[in-house]
Amino acid sequence: METENLLEIRHMRKAFDGLGVLKDISLTVKKGEVVSIIGPSGSGKSTLLRCATLLEKMDGGSLSYLGQTVCQAEREEGGDAVYVSKGELKKFHRYFGLVFQNFNLFPHYSVLKNITDAPVRVAKIPRQEADTRARELLARLGLSDKADAYPCQLSGGQQQRVSIARALALKPEILFFDEPTSALDPELTGEVLKVIRQLASEHMTMIIVTHEMHFAKEVSDRIIFMEDGLIQEEGTPEELFHSPKERVQEFIGKLASA
Amino acid sequence: MDFGTILLQLGSGLVVSVEIFCLTLLFSLPLGLVVAFGRMSRNGILRTATKVYISIMRGTPLMLQLLVVYFGPYYLFQVRISAAYRFIAVIIGFAVNYAAYFAEIYRGGIESMSKGQYEAAQVLGYGKAQTFFLIILTQVIKRILPSVTNEIITLVKDTSLAFVIAVAEMFTTAKQIAAAEATIVPLMIAGVYYYIFNLAVAVAMERIEKHYKYYEG
Repeated sequence: METENLLEIRHMRKAFDGLGVLKDISLTVKKGEVVSIIGPSGSGKSTLLRCATLLEKMDGGSLSYLGQTVCQAEREEGGDAVYVSKGELKKFHRYFGLVFQNFNLFPHYSVLKNITDAPVRVAKIPRQEADTRARELLARLGLSDKADAYPCQLSGGQQQRVSIARALALKPEILFFDEPTSALDPELTGEVLKVIRQLASEHMTMIIVTHEMHFAKEVSDRIIFMEDGLIQEEGTPEELFHSPKERVQEFIGKLASA
Repeated sequence: MDFGTILLQLGSGLVVSVEIFCLTLLFSLPLGLVVAFGRMSRNGILRTATKVYISIMRGTPLMLQLLVVYFGPYYLFQVRISAAYRFIAVIIGFAVNYAAYFAEIYRGGIESMSKGQYEAAQVLGYGKAQTFFLIILTQVIKRILPSVTNEIITLVKDTSLAFVIAVAEMFTTAKQIAAAEATIVPLMIAGVYYYIFNLAVAVAMERIEKHYKYYEG
C-alpha cells in the first residue's frame, strides 16, 4: 500500500504589501512523518505554517489535505490560488492542529475546559466522552493534577503542554508547531520537547518550526532549511547536517553551538 | 410639610430615578455593543456614520439631547406629543447617549485582545460568532468593568437631568418641594438618596469584579 500524502503544497506563494515572503514552496508530508523546518528569522517559516493552517490565504499555488483540495492554482502550476468555498474550508480544520509559540490558551477557561470546549462545541462530541479523553491526554502529558487549574496558575512549560493537549483533543491528522519552545526558558523547554518526542514515537504526523537544532536532528525524519522564502535544502537530518552547501553549514553551526 | 412627607415624596421620585437608571442600562449596554461593531466595521460608511454619532453624543449636552428627543417629533413631523411620551423620550435620550460611551469602552476592550486568541479559536474550528461570544467577550468584560462602573455611577447622577422635560424623578421633586417650602432640606435629602443609590451600585459592581478574579490575564 502506498503511504498517504497527508499534506501537499505545490508552488506556494505569499506576499505582504508586495514583499514576497514565500516565493515558491513545494512540500509533501506523508502519514507518520516528522518534518522540521529551520532557517533564520524572516525566512518565511511561520508564514508557511500560517498559510497551511488557513490563518493566512496564500496568493499562488495549491494546497491539499488527504488529497482534498483547499486551494488550487489557476491555469498553470504556481498560478493564483483559488480557494474552495468558505463552507468547504471549515471541514479542513479537523485535519490539523497548531501549537503556537506563546500558547494562546484561553485564560478564562480551566485547563479541562480549554481542552474539551472545541471538541464539544465544534466537533459535537458528547461532553462525557470529551472529558474522559481530555483527562487521558492530561495523564499522558503528566498534568493529571492540573485539570481544574487556570492557565495563569501554570508554568510556561505546563501551559504549552496543555495547548498541545488542546490540539490533540480534536484528533488531528497532522500537528503543526510554530516555535513551541521559543517562549520558554531552557529548563522548561525540556518538558515540552519530551512530549513532542513522545508523540513522534507514536507516529504522530508533525511539522515543527524550531530553532532547537539537536532536537530537530534527533526527532525528525526530514529537515527543511528555508531562507528568503525558498526551501534551500531538504533531506534527512544526516544529509542536512552534512550538506555541502556553505550557508546551511553556517546556519546549523551557529545554532548547534549556541 | 413635615420631614416624613418629604422623605416619602422624594422616595417616590427615587423610584422613577431607579426606573430611568435600569431601563437606560437595559437598552444602552447591548446597543453600545452594536455601535462598537459599527465603529469597527470594515464598511467605511458604517464606520464613519457611527463615528459621527458617537462624536455628537459625546460632544453635546445630554440635557439638550433630551430636549431634542422630546420636542423633535413635534417640530419635524407635527406629531402631537402625548404625556406618556415624556418618560419614553427620557429613556430614548439616555439610552442613545450612554450607548455611545459604552461603545467606546467596548471598542477599547475588544481592541486590547491579542490576535492570538482569535487565531487559536479559528484553528480549533470555532465560528466567528462562537469566537466572539465564548472566547473574546468574557475576557473583554473583565477588562472593561472598571470603566463601565465609572459610567454607571455617572448615570445615577445624570438621571436628575430628566427634570428638563419635567419627568418627576427625584431631583425634580426635590426642587419643587424646596421652592414651595423655601428650604434646601429636600435637596440635601435627595443628595443622601443619590449617595446611597451609588453606594449600592458600587457594591454590586465590586461583586461582579470579584467574580471575574478567578483568572488572570
